Amino acid sequence: MITENKVLDTQVELFGVTLSNPIIPASGTFGFGYEFSEYYDINCLGSMSLKGTTREARYGNPLPRIAECPAGLINAIGLQNPGVDKVISDEIPKLSKVYSKPVIANVGGHSFQEYIETVEKFNDVEKVFAVELNISCPNVKGGGMAFGTNPDTVESLVKEIKKVSTKPIIVKLSPNVTDVTILAKAAENGGADGLSLINTLVGMRIDLKTAKPIISVKSGGYSGPGVFPVAVNMVYKVREKTTLPIIGMGGISNANDVIEMMYAGANAVMVGSYNLVNPYGSKEIVDNLPGAMEKLGINKLSDIIGRSHNV
Amino acid sequence: MIQKELIVSLNRPIAGGIYEMRFSGAEYCAPGSFVEVTVPGFYLNRPFGVGNYEGGELTIFYKVVGGGTDKMTEVKVGEKLKVIYNLGNGFRLDRAKKPLLVSGGIGIAPLYYLAKCYAKMGIRPTFVAGFRTADEVVLEKELMEICDLHIATDDGSKGFAGNPVACVKALEREWDYYYSCGPMVMMHFLKLYSEKGELSLEARMGCGFGACMGCSVVTKSGYARVCKEGPVFDAEEVEI
Repeated sequence: MITENKVLDTQVELFGVTLSNPIIPASGTFGFGYEFSEYYDINCLGSMSLKGTTREARYGNPLPRIAECPAGLINAIGLQNPGVDKVISDEIPKLSKVYSKPVIANVGGHSFQEYIETVEKFNDVEKVFAVELNISCPNVKGGGMAFGTNPDTVESLVKEIKKVSTKPIIVKLSPNVTDVTILAKAAENGGADGLSLINTLVGMRIDLKTAKPIISVKSGGYSGPGVFPVAVNMVYKVREKTTLPIIGMGGISNANDVIEMMYAGANAVMVGSYNLVNPYGSKEIVDNLPGAMEKLGINKLSDIIGRSHNV
Repeated sequence: MIQKELIVSLNRPIAGGIYEMRFSGAEYCAPGSFVEVTVPGFYLNRPFGVGNYEGGELTIFYKVVGGGTDKMTEVKVGEKLKVIYNLGNGFRLDRAKKPLLVSGGIGIAPLYYLAKCYAKMGIRPTFVAGFRTADEVVLEKELMEICDLHIATDDGSKGFAGNPVACVKALEREWDYYYSCGPMVMMHFLKLYSEKGELSLEARMGCGFGACMGCSVVTKSGYARVCKEGPVFDAEEVEI
């Protein structure tokens, strides 16, 4: 509840862009956004990260791509997308009709060349205010996470991309490493403008009747409330080592999770799995955020970024 | 798409491991559309084809296949469950003058509702319902009233001995368009036999409303999501 004479400030800033709130649906859990406008006015969202995009169209992995877990799910979609040209010519214009704010493009790939060419294409897309590099997808063979777990590769990939991109570059980090801060520093050394973490944790479920892994490609990425403490820890540890903007994600399912993630050091947050179990999930978090702030005596949300490091 | 807490007005076993659950207070649901039920203690919602909509009551039929559906059997009448409904596209009833309905197992649920819709239009469909054994036969009495019903069992314990596609082939009935729901392998062979019809697919879904791409299939016009562009596809259009 917002009291009459108190206006709670939920604004945060990312790369010079002011977001009305820090809630950003995570890539791969919100399509290209416009379909959710059938359910509610998506302009309430701070921004959104578009479905992972590659140079060419990709079908992704065979079915089944989904397996349930006690506190989340494993997915192995495999970056299904229509390819960057169609994303720019068809999907983003459709989104622009129903969403007035700038968005984050998310780029995946198999090779340096593929990443570079795809990122470069977003240079002229006004709607896109930053590009998130998915170097941590566990579901793509010979790419994705293979790039994101080697610090030298991360640094040189980001360096090459920064040479061609006119947009701020956010590097999405994998939790499937011994020390995430080493990868964070590598991204920073390469010239990254921001970091987002965590991507999914590699996981597997096995069908009890057949003894076969449920996911067609056996392993997938585990996400959901079960990974939230892992994500908070990694955001906290990365915040100790860098002043770059951090977008925190991993299992966020309510407004208190947003505040906790921001205490750990996140400048904004992404909501992923929760969008898949509740089509109104991101909106509900936006709606509940002022109430959660008031309960904790927070007047200005941007004041709490990294608060846990100073108490 | 509507998301609401609905009151469970019925939850009873109707055959070995198969249950009927009704919800009151739901808006109209079209035949061939599906719902997602939130089961307390389970992360993902469970998708079920709409088994009937009558007098403000939404019916689903479910088979106990794991922990989630097992938990559903414990739900008491009067309890509320979160349900997302009016999902997916639905059957196109105007395609058939002499409809043939072909089900396998619990795939009978959406076709039962379809048969009831045809009955209201004064049309008596031919219905081939396949089951593994006689113990799993459901809705026989209800369907006999409104359909030319043919039961097939894999083990021959009731009706035609064999799968429903074999039963269709052996039938001497005139039909102009079919509707089918059941195991993928059954619909694969039905499609090989004839493409003059539509197939309601099932898939392990993440979300059920188009967000995650967890249930994509290949069609002649590109990729399609079972939950959004489907679950009902033209047999000639979809690759299964």
